[in-house]
Formats: sequence, C-alpha cells, structure tokens
Amino acid sequence: MDDLIWIFISALLVNNFVLAYFLGLCPFLGVSGKLETSFRLGLATTFVLIITAICSWFLNTYVLTHAPYLRLISFIVVIASTVQFIEMAIKKLSPALFQSLGIFLPLITTNCAILGLAIFATNRGYGFWEGLIFALGAGAGFTLAMVLMAGMREETGINEVPALVRGTAFNLIIAGILSMAFMGFAGLFSST
Amino acid sequence: MATLSNKMNAYDEMLKGIWRDNPVFVQVLGMCPMLAVTNSAVNAIAMGLATFFVLVSSSFLVSGMKAIIPKQVRISIYVIIIATFVTVADYTLLALFPAVHKELGAFIPLIVANCMILGRQEAFASKHSVKFAVMDAVGMAGGFLLAMFALGSVREILGEGKLFGISLFGENFEPWVIMILPPGGFITLGLLLLLFNWVGERRKQFLAQVAAVD
Repeated sequence: MDDLIWIFISALLVNNFVLAYFLGLCPFLGVSGKLETSFRLGLATTFVLIITAICSWFLNTYVLTHAPYLRLISFIVVIASTVQFIEMAIKKLSPALFQSLGIFLPLITTNCAILGLAIFATNRGYGFWEGLIFALGAGAGFTLAMVLMAGMREETGINEVPALVRGTAFNLIIAGILSMAFMGFAGLFSST
Repeated sequence: MATLSNKMNAYDEMLKGIWRDNPVFVQVLGMCPMLAVTNSAVNAIAMGLATFFVLVSSSFLVSGMKAIIPKQVRISIYVIIIATFVTVADYTLLALFPAVHKELGAFIPLIVANCMILGRQEAFASKHSVKFAVMDAVGMAGGFLLAMFALGSVREILGEGKLFGISLFGENFEPWVIMILPPGGFITLGLLLLLFNWVGERRKQFLAQVAAVD
C-alpha cells in the first residue's frame, strides 16, 4: 500500500512527467493558452494514460513475453487503436463528454507522455495496480503542470512583454522556473 | 540546364532544414528528446544521430512506397515504419554502445513520438520523389542534430565546466548544477530560441534598410 502511495506522489510531484521528464511538451507548450482548455486536456490525457497502462500491462504479461523486440510497434498500434475505439464508444454513449474531450483524444495518442508511460512502466517492472496508480499520478501531474502553466500564461497575456520575447521562448523560460519550483519536491523522495 | 536547376533545388531542400526551417528553433518540433537527453554533448549527439538514422530511412521508405500506401491508413503505416526503424536503432545502440544506451534509457524508443519525424513523412516524403525526400530528411535531421549539439554543449559547459568530458576552465570553476538538471534544459532552450529570434529580426531590419537605401 505504501509503495502505491509513493508511486503516485513520485509521478505527481517529484518526477513530474512534464517538468522533470519533458514528456508531453507539445500540448504543454501548444495548448496551454487557456485555463479551461488545459484542464480538460489534462483530464483527457489522464484518461488515455490509464487505458495505456492497462493495455501495456496486458501486452507485457500475455503477448510480448516471447518477442520483446516487437514491444514498441505493438504498444503504438494497440494504444492508438484502443483509444480510437473508446473515442467512438464515447461519441455514441455520451455526446456531452465527447464534446468536452473529443477533439483532444486522437491528438493525445501521439503525445510522447503516453508511450513514455508504457515504456517507463515496463522498464520498472510495474504490476497491474502499480501501473494503474503510476498512470493516475502521471495524469494528475500532467494536469497540474498544464493548469499552472495556463494560469501563468493568462497573467502574462495581460501584461506588457517585449514583442521579441513573446511566444515559445518566453513559455520555455516560464516552464524552466516552474520546473525549478518542482525540484523543491525532490527531497520528498529519492528519485529512481 | 534542367539537371542543374534540379540539383540546385535538391540542395535547397537540404539547406532549408539546417537554418531557415530548422525543426527545433523555427518549427519548435521534437521538444521531448531535445530537452531530456541534452545534459551532455555526447548524449545529445548520440540522440541526434539516432534520430538522423530514423528520419532518413523512414523518409526513404515512405517516399519509395507512396504509390502503394492507401490514403486512409497512411498515418498508421508511417508510424509502423518509423517504429520499425526506431527498434533497429535501439537494438543497434544497445549492442554497440551499451553505456550510451543506458544513459539515454527510455528516450530512444520515444523517438517514435517525435512529431518532427511523422511531420516530415506527412508533409514532404509522401509527396515527393525519393531523392528529394532523402535530401529533405538529411537537412531536417541535420538541423535537429545541430540544435541538439548546441543545447547539449551549452548545458555541459555551464553545468559541468566540461565539453566531451574534457575540463575547460580548470579547478576554480564552480559548476552551475542547475544547467544539467531539468530547469536548465527549459531555460537554455528558451534563451537559444530568443537568440534565434533576435538574429532573424536583425536580419529582417537589415534587409529593410538595404531596400530603403535602394
């Protein structure tokens, strides 16, 4: 039980996917303009991460034991198609939920955080529950980073920033400072 | 004459990736590997070369097979082609340079998720002949490699006072440890982008002045 809690906290704060591992930077820099949108994107990503954890555990346990060199290809194909199926199911069953997540779902599949999660979980030999909690922590950490970033970008939007600095360069420097703040959590837990 | 202009074009396709359309500094693609493994120049170059191999081989294969790839499922096919070459690169690195492979860890498989590679297949290789596709891939991957090296060397010099493991400043240098940690990656890339913007802006102003004088 203790282990599970630590896995969650580690993925949420200490080894935050975005700010310590640089995974999922494309949406982090691209879609973090508005608070509302980034929160939704965070939720959708968490959802896909959980599906990924389940798929990759299944593949690792039952399919890939004899053919580890097919891991990468099968991860990508299985995760992408599962997400596509679930997207169709959501569209059919709950149009409201589809409206709020819909546009992002297919894009998230190509997000490196998704594949990163599957690879990290495999490399660390996580079991089913550990993998699930890891996905939950990573998703929550991603959402947290997105929301913090969007909040700061909304603030900078109303202030005067020199034209040359505006855009990605500025966002990267904000992200650097945010990442520095998150390093303060490193004392909580020795990184593995 | 026709062959000459053809040749010129092919070189142009290659050169644009290195400066004018640099995948990292101008298009801001492929950020994840860019930041994660550039804490030393050697790692940065290893990652850049792995990406180079994957991008050039998949561009070659995609443009060669473009006639037989069905339009509707093209993206999945590109991804599978890319994943195959990444697996090749991963295992080759593991066999030849186990130490580097260990340093780069999970980030070699993550080359698959580098949006620059898929982007080149969709935007360029699937529409052009093999020769142009390979030239374009060489240019883009070269630009990526250069950017990786720029970031990796700055971070290693400031963060450890070394370049390729050779000490540069002697004993008295106090390393800026932050530069080899994650925040240093973000900040260095931010500053490099800023420099790139500034140079571009200066050039634009200069050209405008020249035009005004004329």
